[in-house]
Amino acid sequence: MLDVATSLTIAAVLAGTPLLLGALGEILTEKSGNLNLGVEGMMFMGAITGLIGSYSYEQAMLAAGMTPTGLMSALIALLVSFIAGAFGALIYAFLTVSLRANQNVTGLVLTIFGTGFGNFFGEYFGLKAGGYVAVSAVTKAAFAPVHIPVLSDLPVVGQLLFSYNWMVYFALALAVIMAWFLMRTRVGLNLRAVGEDPAAADAAGISVTRYRYLATVIGGGICGIGGMYMSMVTTSGVWVHGCVSGYGWLAVALVIFATWSPLRGILMAVIFGGLMIMRMYVSIPGLPVQIYDMIPYAATILVLIITSVRQNKEHAMPAGTGYNYFREER
Amino acid sequence: MSHKTRAHKEPLLRMVKRDDISPRRAWVYRGIAFILALITGGLLILALGHNPAYVYRDMVIGAWGSPTVIRETIKLAVPLLITAIALSVAFKMKFWNIGGEGQILAGAVAAGYFGFFTAQYFPKPVLVILMMLAGMLAGGLYGLIPAIFKAKWKTNETLFTLMLNYIALAFIKYLMNGPWKSPGSSFPKMPMIGSDVRLTQFFGVHWGWILALVLVVAAWFYFNKTKHGYEIAIVGESEDTARYAGINVKRVIMRTMFISGALCGLVGMLQFAGADFTITEGTAGGVGFTAITVAWLAMMNPFGMLVVAIFIAMLERGANTIQTIYKIPGSAADLLIGIILFFMLGCEFFIRYRLIIRGKEPKDTNSAADDAERSPEAVDSARTTPELSAIAGKEPKNA
Repeated sequence: MLDVATSLTIAAVLAGTPLLLGALGEILTEKSGNLNLGVEGMMFMGAITGLIGSYSYEQAMLAAGMTPTGLMSALIALLVSFIAGAFGALIYAFLTVSLRANQNVTGLVLTIFGTGFGNFFGEYFGLKAGGYVAVSAVTKAAFAPVHIPVLSDLPVVGQLLFSYNWMVYFALALAVIMAWFLMRTRVGLNLRAVGEDPAAADAAGISVTRYRYLATVIGGGICGIGGMYMSMVTTSGVWVHGCVSGYGWLAVALVIFATWSPLRGILMAVIFGGLMIMRMYVSIPGLPVQIYDMIPYAATILVLIITSVRQNKEHAMPAGTGYNYFREER
Repeated sequence: MSHKTRAHKEPLLRMVKRDDISPRRAWVYRGIAFILALITGGLLILALGHNPAYVYRDMVIGAWGSPTVIRETIKLAVPLLITAIALSVAFKMKFWNIGGEGQILAGAVAAGYFGFFTAQYFPKPVLVILMMLAGMLAGGLYGLIPAIFKAKWKTNETLFTLMLNYIALAFIKYLMNGPWKSPGSSFPKMPMIGSDVRLTQFFGVHWGWILALVLVVAAWFYFNKTKHGYEIAIVGESEDTARYAGINVKRVIMRTMFISGALCGLVGMLQFAGADFTITEGTAGGVGFTAITVAWLAMMNPFGMLVVAIFIAMLERGANTIQTIYKIPGSAADLLIGIILFFMLGCEFFIRYRLIIRGKEPKDTNSAADDAERSPEAVDSARTTPELSAIAGKEPKNA
C-alpha cells in the first residue's frame, strides 16, 4: 500500500510539473489583466523549439568533432523554449495591448498558431532527421532524475522529495519566487493593481502598457518552458505529434483551481497530476478509467462555481482580467 | 474626460478614434492585411525551399481543382459555418461560448443513440428528424448549464464552457471503450452506421450544406429583424440598460445559450450522420475553436461567415494537397491560418483608429480634416460625437 502511495505521488509530481509551469506563466499573465488563452500554443512552441535547440546543439557539436555536454544542452533547451513562448506571448501582447484586439479571440488564434507551429516543425525536422527527432543519451541524462548523495538514499523521503529531474525543482523555486514577487514586492503590488483596476493604476502613475507587456511576455516564456518539459521529460526527448494537446488547457484549469495563487498552485498541480495518472495506480470498481479523465475539469468547474457563488474577491480572477484597457474610454 | 494632458513631450505616435470609415476603405485595409499575411506565410515557405507562388496555387487547385475536392472542401466548410453561426448568437450577447466542441460532441452522442440503436424501428425520415431533435436538445442543454450559472451567479462562462469541452471528450472516450464499442473490434471505436441512417446527399455532399445556407439567411433575419435579436444585442451592450428596458436578462441569457448550443448540437448530428458515419474523439476536431475565429473575423455577419468559413475550409483542404506534392507537413494549415488571423485581428485596429505621427498632424484636428479623407457618401456630420468636438475645442490651447 505504501509502495503504491509513494509511486503514485512521484508520478503525480512528474505529471503535474508541466501543468505547474504553464499555470505559473498564466497566473503572471492574468495578474496583469491579460487572459491569454494561448497557453497551449505557447507550450507547443516551447516544446518543439526546446527539443530542436538541444538537437541542433548536439548535431553542431558532433559535426565540429566535440562532445556535447548535458548541462549546455539543458541550458539551451531552457533558453530557447523560453524565447519561443515569449515570442508567442509578444504577438498576443502586441495585438491585445497595442492594437486592442479581443483577448479571447487572440488567445485562441495563438493556440491554433502554436499547435500548428509545434506539429509543423516537429514533422519537418522529423522528416529531415529521417523519421523522427530525438535527442541523444547525453541530453536525456541531463533530464533524468537527479541523485543527491545521502538525501536521495533516505528511505521513502529520499524517493518522495529528492529523486526528481531538475525541472521539478526549477518549477517549485519559480512558484515560490513568484509568490514572493507578487505579494511582497512593490513591482508585484503594481502588477496586481494593473490587473485589478487598470484605471486606478494608471492614475497612480503605473504604466499599464509596460506592465501588461512584460508580465505577458515573461509569463509566455514560462509556459514555453512548461512545454519543453513535455518534449524533454514526458516523451523523453522524442517529438511525438500533438504531445502537448490538452495540457495547455489543463494548465488554464489549474490557474482557476489554484485560485490565482502560485503557492496553492504547487499543491494543486500535484493533485491535478495525481488525477491524471490515477487510473494507472488506483482502480475504483465500477468506475471506468475514462471517467477519471473528467475529474480535473469537473473539479475546476466546481471551483469556478464556488468562488462565484461566494463572491470571494480574494480567490477570484483579477477584476480587470479579460478586458483591454483604453485610457480614453475610461 | 478623454484627452491626455500634454504637460510633457508629445508621444511619437498617437491614435485617434475614427468616427467613421467608408466600407471601401475598410476593405482595402483588410486586403492589405491579408496580402501581408500571405507574404509572411510565403517567407516561411521560401525558407523551406519552395516557391510560395506555386505552393499557394497548388493549395487553391487542391481545394477547387476537381469536383471531388470541391465536395471535400464543402464538407469541411459546413460544420465550420453552422458552428460559427451558433457561436455568434452567443457572442452578440457578449457571452463567450468557447464550448462549441463540447456542444458538438453532446449533439453527436444524442444523435448517435438513435442512429446506432433505433435504426431498425423507424423509417429513415422519422429517424433523421429524431436524430436532429435529439442532437439539438443535447447540445442546447449542454450549453444551458454554464448559462444558468452565468445568469444566477455571474460564473465566468469562458472558462466554464471550455472545461465542459473536455468532459464531453472524456465521455466520448468512455463510450468508445465501453458501452458503444464496436462488437468484434480490437480497437476502441464505435461501429459505422449503415446507409439506412446516413444523410441523403445532394451534388455529392450531405444536405447539411443546404441547411447551412438556409441558416445563414435565417441567422441574419434573427439578428436584425426579430425581437430576440434585439434583446440579444441590448443585453450584449449593457445588462443594466436591458433591465431598465424591461428585458428579463436571465431569461435572454439562458434562451440564447440554449439556441447557441442547440445549433452546435446540430453540427454534431450532421458530422455523425452525414460526414463521419461514426463518432470518434475527432468528431468535433477543433471546429468549435476555429469557428470562434470565423465568427469574429466576419464581425458576426452571417454572410461574412459564409465567406470566411469557405476560405478556412479551402486552406485546410489545400494543406492536404501541398503535403502530398511538396512534403510540407499538413500542420502548415494551422500555421497559415494562425498567421492570417493574426494579421486580420491586427488590421481591425487600423480600421477603428488613425495613427498620427508627432509633428505630422494636421493643424486643425477637428472632424473636417477627417471628412476630407472620407468618400462623400460616408460623410454624416450628425454623427460627429460630442467627445470629438470637445477635443477639437481644447486642441489649440493645449498644443
